[in-house]
Amino acid sequence: MTKNKEMILHKTQSLTFFTPERLDNSGAAFFNTGISAGFPSPAEDFKQQRLSLDNELVKNKEATFFARVSGQSMIGAGLDDSDLLVIDRSLEPEHNKIAVCFLDGEFTVKRLKVERDGVWLQPENSNYEPIKITDDNDFVIWGIVTNVIKKV
Amino acid sequence: MFALVDCNNFYASCERVFNPNLRDKPIAVLSNNDGCVISRSDEAKAIGLPMGAPAFKYEGFFRANNIQVFSSNYPLYGDMSSRVMRILEQFTPDVEIYSIDEAFLEFKGFDNYNFQDYGCQIRKRILKWTGIPTSVGIAPTKALSKVANKIARKFPNKTKGVYVIDSEEKRIKALKWIKLKDVWGIGRGLQKRLAVKNCKTAYDFVQLPDEWVRKNFSITEWKLKKDLEGISTIELDELKTKRAIATTRSFEYTFSDLENIKERVSTFATSCAEKLRKQGSSCHMIIVMLSSDSHKKGLEQHRASTMVRLPYPTDSTLIISNNAVSAVASIYKKGIKYKRAGVIVTGLVPTGNHQLHLFEHENPKHKPLMHTIDRLNTKYGDYKLKLASQDLERTWKMRQERLSSRYTTDINEILKVK
Repeated sequence: MTKNKEMILHKTQSLTFFTPERLDNSGAAFFNTGISAGFPSPAEDFKQQRLSLDNELVKNKEATFFARVSGQSMIGAGLDDSDLLVIDRSLEPEHNKIAVCFLDGEFTVKRLKVERDGVWLQPENSNYEPIKITDDNDFVIWGIVTNVIKKV
Repeated sequence: MFALVDCNNFYASCERVFNPNLRDKPIAVLSNNDGCVISRSDEAKAIGLPMGAPAFKYEGFFRANNIQVFSSNYPLYGDMSSRVMRILEQFTPDVEIYSIDEAFLEFKGFDNYNFQDYGCQIRKRILKWTGIPTSVGIAPTKALSKVANKIARKFPNKTKGVYVIDSEEKRIKALKWIKLKDVWGIGRGLQKRLAVKNCKTAYDFVQLPDEWVRKNFSITEWKLKKDLEGISTIELDELKTKRAIATTRSFEYTFSDLENIKERVSTFATSCAEKLRKQGSSCHMIIVMLSSDSHKKGLEQHRASTMVRLPYPTDSTLIISNNAVSAVASIYKKGIKYKRAGVIVTGLVPTGNHQLHLFEHENPKHKPLMHTIDRLNTKYGDYKLKLASQDLERTWKMRQERLSSRYTTDINEILKVK
């Protein structure tokens, strides 16, 4: 607060009220580099947020869950045993998307195929057969896989 | 307009998200230490499993009816709850988180909104993104939104989980339908006093003259009456700060020695003090309770409680724990097998808002100390920093024999997919 004349808001006999000085656009920038007599860091003007894998891989925090792959049925799509899957429940299931589904009592990850004759779950490994979803199946699409993270 | 969004059978619903096999199956979730039933799926309710049923008495019932039983998985429920709450904040900036599974929303300046549609959107988004089913009640006041919520929950087929009270006709109909005991904020004591006046429904209650309600009850009941009349008097967050905080738990085993009991009470006191600091309150009074196992009829029974009045309000773990420990020592009787203890802190005031005391005040070093303890315990988890009166040898383990995985908070326990 300054005792600048223009800043006085209200004056009574015993008290003087000041209005706080506002520092917007006052021209002074704050440099967090410490004061030293040397040359200021040339990188300071180009500072940006460090990359975050969270921001890159998780587009919708509230709807994102993780799961681990167990088995070989999707190796053709790059999903190997014990890879980590990033699943977004908010995305709509569509033809050709990879989805985590609950099928007849267990979780499974497969590629969704919406064909004229119905919905298929397509494995990406020639040792596995595609599965046609019928009314007899207990079937729920749990979420859509957006990323796979693997250890190398 | 206000909305109350309530997660249906929240804990049971969380278990179902990660175990879809249990859709349409009866589920029960047990309290800490697997003590009693605290959440039931609709199917378990329909079979007749009562709320609060002691687990050990109902083992046969669980098996006979094929009820899936879970220990409470608070890391999971807490995470799912915060997801639901964050989603609600996308619909309005004014959200009051009322409990782990319900929240009030206020819609200021949403004049030309179709609230039926908006409520359906809220419900749909939460269900799709998290898998948790909710009920949504929307009305011009908080108390009425709670009534609307009850209607949405009770008649899912007709309402699709969303009910809006937006006309005088609907308001009257709702008030005539809801029983007094189911109205928000009407406890047993109030029910009894109103029964004398022949009040059976919320409608009977609002028919009482204002004067009489004002004279015979507190401002809270009068506000409730106005709210039910459709005049918004209870604001968001108004009833939020708790008036008492309790940590009461059954022991894993029975204890007859004072040392073990002191350790438990110290731990419960620590948890109360921590909750106090979280909500920014200090307490004037500490109540300590101790009781034997009332289910073991053959043994000598003893239950006692005592209250300590503090010279000044505090949120310091050290003061609360010291007082609680000496209080429990004063009610302890030799030779009794104790099974349960509790610490309740009450007489709450906002911290830093209390009257100065002339002679007694808190050691000023406590405040920064408590701050540091809270920070370290949040950072390292599992109560790494303890008082010496708490057990240092072993971390107290809750009995959790039927625990599901921490699917969302521990990378080693996430879902497996084939």
